[in-house]
Amino acid sequence: MNQYQLIKLAKRVGLYALIAVVMVYAIFPFYYAVITSLKPSSELFRVDFWLSSLDFGNYVQIFTQKSFVRAIFNSILISFSVVIIALLLGITASYALGRVRFRGRTTVMLTILGVSMFPQVAVLSGLFEVIRALNLYNNPGGLILSYTIFTLPFTVWVLTTFMRQLPMELEEAAIMDGATPWVTITKVFLPLMWPAMATTGLLAFIAAWNEFLFALTFTLTDDQRTVPVAIALISGGSQHELPWGPIMAASVTVTVPLVVLVMIFQRRIVSGLTAGAVKG
Amino acid sequence: MASVTLEKINKVFGHTHIIKDVDLKVGDGEFVVFVGPSGCGKSTLLRLIAGLESITGGELKIADGVVNDLPPRERGVGMVFQSYALYPHMSVYENMAFGLKLAKMANETVDDRVMATARILQLEDLLHRKPKELSGGQRQRVAMGRAMAREPRILLFDEPLSNLDASLRVQMRNEIARLHHRLGSTMIYVTHDQVEAMTLADKIVVLREGRIEQVGSPQTLYQQPATKFVAGFIGSPTMNFMPAELLGSDDKGCKVKAPGLGELALPQDASGETRGAVLTLGVRPEHLRLAEAEGENSFEIVNVEYLGNEVYVYLEPKAGDTLLIHRSEAPSRWDIGQRVALVPDLEHVHLFDTHDRALDLIKRRQAA
Repeated sequence: MNQYQLIKLAKRVGLYALIAVVMVYAIFPFYYAVITSLKPSSELFRVDFWLSSLDFGNYVQIFTQKSFVRAIFNSILISFSVVIIALLLGITASYALGRVRFRGRTTVMLTILGVSMFPQVAVLSGLFEVIRALNLYNNPGGLILSYTIFTLPFTVWVLTTFMRQLPMELEEAAIMDGATPWVTITKVFLPLMWPAMATTGLLAFIAAWNEFLFALTFTLTDDQRTVPVAIALISGGSQHELPWGPIMAASVTVTVPLVVLVMIFQRRIVSGLTAGAVKG
Repeated sequence: MASVTLEKINKVFGHTHIIKDVDLKVGDGEFVVFVGPSGCGKSTLLRLIAGLESITGGELKIADGVVNDLPPRERGVGMVFQSYALYPHMSVYENMAFGLKLAKMANETVDDRVMATARILQLEDLLHRKPKELSGGQRQRVAMGRAMAREPRILLFDEPLSNLDASLRVQMRNEIARLHHRLGSTMIYVTHDQVEAMTLADKIVVLREGRIEQVGSPQTLYQQPATKFVAGFIGSPTMNFMPAELLGSDDKGCKVKAPGLGELALPQDASGETRGAVLTLGVRPEHLRLAEAEGENSFEIVNVEYLGNEVYVYLEPKAGDTLLIHRSEAPSRWDIGQRVALVPDLEHVHLFDTHDRALDLIKRRQAA
C-alpha cells in the first residue's frame, strides 16, 4: 500500500468517524428516551446503553390517563388546522405576491419576513389580550390563531419564491384558455406545487406540534392542553418524585408521528427547500 | 375566422413607449408574420391582440367589434407560446380539453373537438401521454392543438419554433404552412427569423422600435424594400451596402460614384437629392458578379464559404470595413487572396437616400 492510498484510507476513516459522532450526538438522546421508557420504574436509575427489558407499563399508564389521550387529540386537531389554514392562506397570498404586480409588493414581502423574526415572548402578552378579547382563551381556537400567525410568514415566503419560478407562460396559457385566477391557482399551480406544499406544511405541522410557550399560556384546564404541555405537567405520586418512565413514554409517543411524517416526505422536503434556493 | 384591424395602437410600459401608432389590417384567413429584431415590439403587439397586455391607446377590432376591453377568452383568440407552456401534470387530452371544459361545454362536444383536433395534428396515439414524455415537435403540436381546440377566430403564434433544432424547425414550419392552407383561418405569427417569415407569410410586417417599417408580401419586401432596414433584414446572406456619392440626376435616372465600383448609371429617381449627397447603394449577394481585377477598382477575397450548391465569397473593400458578400452557384473559380472587380447587376441595385428610405425607380413612377 503506497502513501497515496494510505492517505485516502485515512480520509475515509476520518469521514465516517465524523459521521458517527454527529449521529450519536443527534440520535442518542432520543435513543436513551426510548430505552428508558421501556424500563420498569424500579430499574429507572440504572444506567444502561442497551435495551435490558421490555416493559410497556409506562405506555399503558399514560394511555389510560384520560387527559393525555385528550391532549393528543387536541394536538392533532390544532396542528392539522394550522397546516390547512396556513397552506390555504399561503397559496393565495403567494399568488398575489409572486404573480400580481402592485405597488409596495417588496415592502409587504419584507414585512412578512420581519414578522417571522419576532421572538415569541415579545408578542406573548399582546397576543394574550387579543385572545382574551376574541374569547378564545382556553380554547383550541386561540392556539390555532397564534400558531398560524407564526407559521404564515415562513409559508408565504417559501411558497412565493416557488410560485415565482413557475413559468409566466403557463399562467398566460391558462388565461388564454379562459381560466380565472382561482381556477389557475387550483387547477394549474396547485398540482405543480406539491413539493413546496409538503415542505411548508410539514414544517408548520412540526412547529405547531412542538410549541410549548403559547400552549402553556393560553390554556387553563387539562382537557384543553396540547401534548408538550401535558408531558411537562405529568406529575408523580408526590411533589418530590418526577415520573421519568411515563414522561419518556409520552415523549416517544409524540415523536414517532413526526419521524414517520418526515420519512414519508423527506425527498420532497429536500427538493422543496432547495427549489427556491438557486433562482430567487 | 375573422379579420383584425389595428388603429393607432399604442403601448406604454412605465416610461417606455413600446408600440407607437401602429395601423394594420389583417384580412380574413390571412397568414401575417410580424418580424423584426429583438426589442422591436413584435411580441408585445401580439400580446396586445391576444389580450394579455392592455392597450394604452388606439382601437383593436376583431371582425367588426372593438375588443380593447374584452378578456382573452371573449376575443376568440388562441395562442401558441414559445415555451409551449403545456400543463405538465395533464395528459395531452386534458391539455387540449382544459379550455373547452372551462367554457362549460358538454362532455361529448369536448370529446368531439379534442378528437377532431388530434386527428388534424396526428396526435391520436399520444392522447394519454404527459408532456414530459413527448419530443419537442410533439409538444409543439400539442400546444397548437390546445390553441386550436377552442376553434378560435384567430390563431396567434409567439416564436413557436425557436425552441426546436434546425431540422425539426423546417419540418414544423412546413406543417404550420399546410395547417393554414387546410384550416384557412386567420393566423398571426411572430418570429425574429426572416426565413420563417418569408416562407410562411401571405403578408410580412417588419417592425422596428415599435413602428411598422414596411408591410407587404414576401416578394415585395425582397424586391422592393422601402427602407435600408428592411433591405438589410430580409434576405440571407444580407444585402451589401456601400456609400455612393450622387453625381447628378436626370429624367432617365441618376449617376452615382461608389468606391471600388466606379461610376454607375442607375434607374432610380434621385431628383429630390442634392448633388454630392452620400447615398447608400444596396446590392443583394446574388446580384453581384465577380470579374478579373483591372485598374484600381478591385477588392481582395478574404474568405470563401462552400455550401454545396452555392458559394459565398467575402470581399474586403478596405481593411476594417464591413465585408461584402457575393453569392454564386458552386463550383467557384475564386480563391482567398485574389483581387477581383465587382460588377453589380444594375437592374437589381437599390438606392437609399440620406434618411435610409429607398428611392423609387423612374419607370415605376412614370407608370403610376
